[in-house]
Amino acid sequence: MAAKFDQNDDSVVVIIGSGAGGGTLANELAQKGVKVVLLEAGKRIEIEDFVNDEWASFAQLAWKDMRTTSGTWRVHHDFPNLPAWIVKAVGGSTVHWAGASLRLQEHEFKTKTTYGGLQGAHLLDWPVSLKELEPYYARAEDKMGVTRTNGIPGLPGNNNYKVLAAGAARVGYKEFNTGRMAINSQPRADRGSCQQIGFCFEGCKSGAKWSTLYTEIPKGEDTNKLEVRPQSHAARIEHDAAGKVTEVVYFDQAGQQQRQKARVVCVAGNSIETPRLLLLSESSRYPDGLANSSGQVGRNYMRHMTGSVYAVFDRPVRMWRGTTMAGVVADEARHDIKRGFVGGYEMETLSLGLPFIAAFLDPGAWGREFTTALDGYENMAGMWLVGEDMPQESNRVTLDGTAKDAFGLPVASVHFDDHPNDIAMRRHAHKAGAALYEAVGATRTFPTPPYPSTHNLGTCRMSENPRDGVCNKFGQTHDIKNLFISDGSQFTTGGAENPTLTIVTLAIRQAEYIADQMAKNAV
Amino acid sequence: MTLEISQRQLDRRRFIAGVGTAALVISGAAILHPVEAWGLEVKNLRPETMLTLIKVSRDIYPHDRLADRYYAIAMKSWDEKSGSDPATRQLIEQGIATLDELAKSKYGVPYAEVGWESERVNLLRQLEDEAFFQKIRSDLIVSLYNQKEVWPLFGYEGESAAKGGYINRGFDDIAWL
Repeated sequence: MAAKFDQNDDSVVVIIGSGAGGGTLANELAQKGVKVVLLEAGKRIEIEDFVNDEWASFAQLAWKDMRTTSGTWRVHHDFPNLPAWIVKAVGGSTVHWAGASLRLQEHEFKTKTTYGGLQGAHLLDWPVSLKELEPYYARAEDKMGVTRTNGIPGLPGNNNYKVLAAGAARVGYKEFNTGRMAINSQPRADRGSCQQIGFCFEGCKSGAKWSTLYTEIPKGEDTNKLEVRPQSHAARIEHDAAGKVTEVVYFDQAGQQQRQKARVVCVAGNSIETPRLLLLSESSRYPDGLANSSGQVGRNYMRHMTGSVYAVFDRPVRMWRGTTMAGVVADEARHDIKRGFVGGYEMETLSLGLPFIAAFLDPGAWGREFTTALDGYENMAGMWLVGEDMPQESNRVTLDGTAKDAFGLPVASVHFDDHPNDIAMRRHAHKAGAALYEAVGATRTFPTPPYPSTHNLGTCRMSENPRDGVCNKFGQTHDIKNLFISDGSQFTTGGAENPTLTIVTLAIRQAEYIADQMAKNAV
Repeated sequence: MTLEISQRQLDRRRFIAGVGTAALVISGAAILHPVEAWGLEVKNLRPETMLTLIKVSRDIYPHDRLADRYYAIAMKSWDEKSGSDPATRQLIEQGIATLDELAKSKYGVPYAEVGWESERVNLLRQLEDEAFFQKIRSDLIVSLYNQKEVWPLFGYEGESAAKGGYINRGFDDIAWL
């Protein structure tokens, strides 16, 4: 049974955001008997409400509240008020994620050591190693039912995968398969197996894909220790004279201001809203915002080096049929500076329906060069290129000086410039992706630019030294012992891999730490 | 969304020496397409403006396999918006007037009567950075390609969950590799 806590109950842990980080943390704490109030800005939208319709689903699920952008990245030009494509609903972006669940590589936790002094890159080693995280990765993979772990077979390859695999073999790649996916290839954990519906980004209608919405959150509620409050938009975190955080101010469904007292506050609003909330919570004691003595809150915003390659063939592919991202080539994920850049990238199958391919293939393009590409839609295959981008202090989330949200609060402004390493990697990836498809007979290829960011990372980075970052290796902020960062904002650097598995891994570990600290009365 | 026309209007059109393109003609406040048998009542814009808009929309996203009706459906909302918002009406009327002026000075005829697509595209390129063109294009990318009726013409199959997904309907049926 779901719990109901008094707003003056100052013994609860308040978690802000119910996605991969917040939703997992809520369940993990509830399972340990810790009382949790989970505030979620969006509505509770269940599986039966999801729609196999790209724009209708976008309207239903996406975080559409206004944001502003600046910088030389193309997203600023193409989508000036939509820097990120993330979800505003219970379950957060685990509702629309594609399920790819890859561990970060050992060297990606030690980028300063491995990549050295790269000009303009604000590299830093994580304060935690792969070895320390391995047991937690294993628990995350088991929890999420990741294929090719725990004896779970891989998903069958769809048409788009078959083209990718044939091309990968032709160009000599060795490490490719249908990926480690948090999508059931056989019934598991009371959820059925993938029906090859497609529309992974629109919410999984079969529930085969792991999402906190229908796994962690109801499990947590069953303990009677977790209360989920949808349509509760956190506006500010308050603190006492000693500097400890004490309560969260939020706006409810009716737009009324509410307060919830807390023993511990965990922020998991994704890497744009998390720093925004800390900055909005400025006070006379913390004039630069909470947990910001380092000045690093909002900085080092990362969004992965992304891009796509679509290719048209002389015969049909029908890429939209089946699991969207169950196809991964890992050969380029290694760190190998002979290619002209540090870090690496994954090549992953990707398909968009006709409405979205029109909007995203080459945003702003028109005329016959563009429309003949769409005429080839049925014969099209596609891949996403996702690689490590370089953290830069100037890539940054700040509060907009003029634009305000529905509650009168300054909106987040996202500044981003590609680092030269990001550009070199993208160029290499576009070329390698085109070569892969040409090897199996593509008649035309398209080097598609980045979409609004789905992997938002690093704006409250972990650091060994409090001077270098916002939180320690458990996500606990250096400045305020009972304030935690519980989402991808913690990432010191981004790695090449889709981040959800690592976010869940960190949340499992953080739950242990918080419960332990509470038991010791250390928080 | 549908386009409606009475048979009487269509019949009457056969006796009208209408202005317009080969396929589209103006009859009173309506745009008629006798071949595709549809008509569009234009309430707030000049009918000539709507006719040219339909032509512009095809020149922006030309698909030879798509009938004019899909472009007309996509542009219909500009007439509706022009009724409630004078600024929109002004933007559209002014934009089309500018295009016609450019067309007349270069080719001696209004935009809709310029013969080659490449010539019309050259005119559109001159307005590419203007609010008029940007609004038309960014609206059209959704209003054209989000019509479920056009999806089959591109092979796209749309909704699949209600049909059981593709697990038994060809998710891996590619045969030519």
